[in-house]
Amino acid sequence: MNMLQFDLAIGAVSVGAGLLGSLTGLGGGVVIVPVLAILFGVDVRYAIGASLVSVIATSSGAASAYVKEGYTNLRIGMFLEIATTFGALFGAFIAAKISTSAVTVIFGLVLVYSAYLSGRPHREQLGVDRAERLAEWLELDSSYPSRQGPHPYHVHAVPYGFSMMFVAGTLSGLLGIGSGAAKVVAMDDVMRVPFKVSTTTSNFMIGVTAAASAGVYLNRGYIDPALAMPVMLGVLAGSLLGARLLMRIRSVVLRRIFALVIFVLAAEMLYNGFTGRI
Amino acid sequence: MKEKRPPASEQDLERMFGNLLRTGVVIAAIVVLTGGVLFLARYGNQKPEYQIFRGEPAQLRHVTDILKAAVELNRRGLIQLGLLFLIATPVARVAFAVAAFGWQRDGTYVVVALIVLSVLIYSLVGAYL
Repeated sequence: MNMLQFDLAIGAVSVGAGLLGSLTGLGGGVVIVPVLAILFGVDVRYAIGASLVSVIATSSGAASAYVKEGYTNLRIGMFLEIATTFGALFGAFIAAKISTSAVTVIFGLVLVYSAYLSGRPHREQLGVDRAERLAEWLELDSSYPSRQGPHPYHVHAVPYGFSMMFVAGTLSGLLGIGSGAAKVVAMDDVMRVPFKVSTTTSNFMIGVTAAASAGVYLNRGYIDPALAMPVMLGVLAGSLLGARLLMRIRSVVLRRIFALVIFVLAAEMLYNGFTGRI
Repeated sequence: MKEKRPPASEQDLERMFGNLLRTGVVIAAIVVLTGGVLFLARYGNQKPEYQIFRGEPAQLRHVTDILKAAVELNRRGLIQLGLLFLIATPVARVAFAVAAFGWQRDGTYVVVALIVLSVLIYSLVGAYL
């Protein structure tokens, strides 16, 4: 296979990853790294560098559409980005210290967990909805548009959510993924931010988080232009296509298929990581 | 209580954020695609070698070197410049947030945005420090 065929194949796979990633809300990064590493035999560090770049592209592309709908909470996003960007720097720092086998194993475990999260039914939020002082001081409470007019909400457990965001940022910097699933859990489950606000704000934060570690990866020489090019363009095209199809496809079936794909990739990553093949 | 904000500003802000992000991504994608086409036209029949990790040469690692390589119309340098535009898009968004919160006289969030901006800038130029 020469470079042209190789890039076309990777481009095609990336379109698929971006498409599935945006339809299921998991992002393309979680599948692109294992696919590049396992199917194409690309070194994990190059794969992570290419994936990080594509994560920035999809997040920024989608955020430009979401922000206009009025669900995104810019203040929650901005405040939590302190945690995710520091986490991302930390993740990029440890990525250079540990072996690629260890990175592969951690990747496998995170894949299993995100497949579990995506298959889990979304439960209604319970508990007292009272304003909290820290959230008030940070002006995090806001409202989202609904058919009955603006629907106000309160934000809870800010320190706990903030710490979880640091972990999400670390995973993003270590594995080159957006870790959207972990971000949504922190906002939706812990801080009890409404689901639609959580998902759009999470997407809004992903680009900034990925940019924080992408700078480090670039300086370290982990971002290869000729490899990142088909990945970035493919994932971007796929996710834009996905955003257009989103209304017409039954997402339950799709989520199951995607969860299955992720489980297979996770098993491969764990096997390769433990046997030291990657 | 913080000072009252003009009612339309939050929405204006969101629209500007959206436009900024889209413009950044479009510019980056065009530059990457141009560099990619030029690169494949020249090196398309070579064998890809990503199994062995070597790391990129210095001219494709640091901001100033990438700019120099792109100006010299180095094919890989051009793609890398596009990727640099892409990485710069969220950075520009945060820089814009500093200004926007300042315009709203929201001191807390000017500080919040400045912290995030310094982390991002550190990650891009940290190798020089």
